[in-house]
Amino acid sequence: MSISAEEVKKVAHLARLAVPEEQLEGYVRNLSNILNLVDQLSAVDTTGVEPMAHPLDMMQRLREDVVTETNHREKYQSVAPEVENGLYLVPKVIE
Amino acid sequence: MSKADSIHTLSLKGIHDGVHSGAFSVMEVTDAYLDRIERFNPELNAYITVTRDSAKAQALEIDNRIRKGELSGPMAGVPYALKDLFCSEGVRTTCASNMLSNFISPYDAHVAAKLKAAGGVLLGKNNMDEFAMGSSNETSAFGVVRNPWDTNKVPGGSSGGGAATIAARLAPMTLGTDTGGSIRQPASFCNITGIKPTYGRVSRYGMIAFASSLDQCGPMAPSAEDCAITLNVIAGLDVRDSTSVDRTVPDYTATLNDSIEGLKIGLPKEFFADGLDAQVGVVIERAIKEFEAKGAIIKEVSLPNSHLAVPVYYVVAPAECSSNLSRFDGVRFGHRCEDPKDLRDLYERSRWEGFGDEVKRRIMIGTYALSAGYYDAYYLKAQQVRRLIKQDFESAFADVDVIMGPSCPTTAFGLGEKKDDPIAMYLEDLYTIPVSLAGLPGMTFPVGFAADGLPVGIQLVGNYFEEARMLNIAHQYQQWTEWHTQVPTKFA
Amino acid sequence: MEWETVIGLEIHAQLSTNSKIFSGSSIAYGAQPNTQANLVDLGMPGVLPVLNKKAVEMAIRLGLAIDAEIAPKSVFARKNYFYPDLPKGYQISQYELPVVANGHMDIELEDGTVKRIGITRAHLEEDAGKSLHEDFHGKTGIDLNRAGTPLLEIVSEPDMRSAKEAVAYMKKLHALVRYLGVCDGNMQEGSFRCDANVSVRRPGAEFGTRAEIKNLNSFRFIERAINHEVERQIDLIESGGKVVQETRLFDPDRDETRSMRGKEDANDYRYFPDPDLLPVEIRAEDIEAVRATLPELPAAKKQRFMDEFGLNNYDADLLTQNREVADYFEAVAKACGDAKLAANWVNGEVSKMLADNELEISASPVGSEALVELLKRIQDNTVSNKIARDVFAAMWNGEGSADEVIDKKGLKQITDTSAIEAVIDEIIANNPKQVEEYRSGKDKLFGFFVGQAMKASKGKANPNTLNDILKKKLEG
Repeated sequence: MSISAEEVKKVAHLARLAVPEEQLEGYVRNLSNILNLVDQLSAVDTTGVEPMAHPLDMMQRLREDVVTETNHREKYQSVAPEVENGLYLVPKVIE
Repeated sequence: MSKADSIHTLSLKGIHDGVHSGAFSVMEVTDAYLDRIERFNPELNAYITVTRDSAKAQALEIDNRIRKGELSGPMAGVPYALKDLFCSEGVRTTCASNMLSNFISPYDAHVAAKLKAAGGVLLGKNNMDEFAMGSSNETSAFGVVRNPWDTNKVPGGSSGGGAATIAARLAPMTLGTDTGGSIRQPASFCNITGIKPTYGRVSRYGMIAFASSLDQCGPMAPSAEDCAITLNVIAGLDVRDSTSVDRTVPDYTATLNDSIEGLKIGLPKEFFADGLDAQVGVVIERAIKEFEAKGAIIKEVSLPNSHLAVPVYYVVAPAECSSNLSRFDGVRFGHRCEDPKDLRDLYERSRWEGFGDEVKRRIMIGTYALSAGYYDAYYLKAQQVRRLIKQDFESAFADVDVIMGPSCPTTAFGLGEKKDDPIAMYLEDLYTIPVSLAGLPGMTFPVGFAADGLPVGIQLVGNYFEEARMLNIAHQYQQWTEWHTQVPTKFA
Repeated sequence: MEWETVIGLEIHAQLSTNSKIFSGSSIAYGAQPNTQANLVDLGMPGVLPVLNKKAVEMAIRLGLAIDAEIAPKSVFARKNYFYPDLPKGYQISQYELPVVANGHMDIELEDGTVKRIGITRAHLEEDAGKSLHEDFHGKTGIDLNRAGTPLLEIVSEPDMRSAKEAVAYMKKLHALVRYLGVCDGNMQEGSFRCDANVSVRRPGAEFGTRAEIKNLNSFRFIERAINHEVERQIDLIESGGKVVQETRLFDPDRDETRSMRGKEDANDYRYFPDPDLLPVEIRAEDIEAVRATLPELPAAKKQRFMDEFGLNNYDADLLTQNREVADYFEAVAKACGDAKLAANWVNGEVSKMLADNELEISASPVGSEALVELLKRIQDNTVSNKIARDVFAAMWNGEGSADEVIDKKGLKQITDTSAIEAVIDEIIANNPKQVEEYRSGKDKLFGFFVGQAMKASKGKANPNTLNDILKKKLEG
């Protein structure tokens, strides 16, 4: 199966990647090749097979409802691109 | 030969014994490795960051604590490296990506904290494929790593920097991660020993995720014994990782000397079919004969769905990665583009600039596979076939104790050779991926050299949580043979 | 031609846990920005979620209260979209296997009939942070303290047919979550929020295209927002237009809903099971353990109040809207032995004063024991019901206990017949004309004499005694 340039653009937008127009063709080719590889799966009969999301058949462990964390804002924000008054800043969000 | 010149030939146990008997200090060991890194790393590019100052500070402190009797464990005074996707507090943690080129981690990964607490000395962070996506270490934003056995060849990936580090003895041990073969394939290409434990055996907390249901951390070192010593320190329950298993950790060193007589070894016929380079096949078969000669029983088994593993993997891993890598958005950490004009520009440009080609390809494939209208045909289907692959292994393990076969279809390939052909690159992992999908433990250890003079590793797959048995088998082999002690002349 | 409104509600209730759903950070409201956002909440590289047990128990609690099915195996999924207040680029939510499914709740309509509203599902998820749009040199500030706060999203069937029904449902659910102690219900702080799916159709026709109105955080807004949206849709259709499926925001200042541009293209959420979390197993014994801690539910309590205390439907309903009120009433009724009197007072004076002062009953200055003391003084004729209201007001203002107030203010009822007779004799003597008229058949004037007598006794005359004596004397 191959993927169209339109679909690549749509996927790139969903993934928030700004693919420059001149590189689009390369992605169309590479992604189509990968999809061709993957297409072998469609021939497999998987009737009644339960999808396997985890390698081990384990159940979720639950945590007691206890506050264990303290404030480390300064440390955590030391790696942030832009902060002010303890807030992370981003370009204006229009609602 | 002076003391400093031979330190790098010591095993973890040798280092431990030396620093505890007073034959040499932790500082001397650390200096010896730092010197080797300074000398050889420029050529190999196996380290992204060398933590020289903090290593020396740690060495000083650990020397003191050993002297005072506060530290005595098997890792006390042992230098090590970490693949650069383990968060290490106060140390740059890049994932070999421009996205994180300035990221100083504010915390330690579980395994990093374990090694630190055990008295290890962190030498630095190993190069890798960007975000662990690759099989050649060529996708690193910090440059390619060269294979110490032939510097025109790749070291394999994604833990290529780690494999080259151990092969050239620029650290006595490092931790890698394996999602579809990222410990086993480079270990095989570089003539070292590496083990990917059962999924859930080692905590993933602080390991920057590629594909959460596949990623697993494991040691890479010259010998199985070194791996066993390391696994003793890092394995076990960590409640911060919901997928970490609550199950007793055996002493992996205790059974290293057990006999392998009567061991039933299964050879999957699919792993010896077309696609396997004949010069690799010869070496693997010779190793199997050696096991047989030592009393192992060889049986053929079948993994009929294993040819579907690569397609399954290239749906599941990208799907998970597309979501795991969404947090890199230029808001709280990581690369942010210059002067974003609005929010969309901030996201799209930061991510475009921060990620390399292979990462972007996988994010897009994963996004596509999960998107409306394709989920059932790709993601769900892949998860179903994944179960079939697991069931193949379950059937095989009904007849045999362990499975053996090649780790890779070829020896190390040339730098640039497969760079522009993602599919050819993906097929490098056809023997390691099925094991990852099933969550089984897999390891590689050196079994000789192919006609082209490059190393060949054999893959050993155990049943769930059978790491002790696997390390025992590899250790026994390493008692009869000396392949694992071979170091390229230049780095000897 | 007539139009029928179809409404379904999605209600987000913040769960009253101590810590976040996937991390050990506090969820306390009002902290300095980002001081309650730890590594997990910030979505730092390498961190992993671990599920809070209490959040699961609270979901089960609600599920049992709405007579729903509790899933033996429940799965968390990732909902993928980019937004600055969503740190990981995905929200951990539930998609295919929510904890709670197929419940229902009965609401009472204005005409007194009961309507059953289906509850499709209730699932656990994490809240996002907050975007602050005040001016940071034209930028938006992000506070992630709220990120990871546990939410229970309660999704109804499209069973409501008017804004009033929607409000009745929301109020009932609001009372229930507080009753169960799973949510503090504080709508101002956003602990209980509602999105409404609204469409219109011709009666009997297929459902129309719906619009989703976001973030309705008061009962008043939801009614106004729905009514405006319905009007908008009808106008649109009748003028030949078409309703588009979209997200709209209610603007209370301009009293209208408006389209939220920019969110539309992000609606391919690519849900898939979160590989960092395993399926949650809920065994029968886990459910029973939660059931054992369940309080008596409003409906059962209401029925009991009617059976045990002989209350009417109206009183019983009012008294069981809130668990603390019900407990207060029950304590008073049992201690004074007169449930009707207790009900009148709790639904009357007590409720009025609480409402006037915007207080919860737990903060009432007059506790149940203090009220009992006052009611006993009514029962033993120390004060009349009317005087008791003055006593209550004084007690509310902290002037002392019932007896202290009665004593201090000399409000004790006059039951001494001779004293009352003297007062009445004087009134009869002073009003010969009225006495004449009364005696010639103008019965209505009896009230006039009662009023005069009460006035003269400053309200302290026992009304029964006064009536008896007055009647005798007037009849002469």
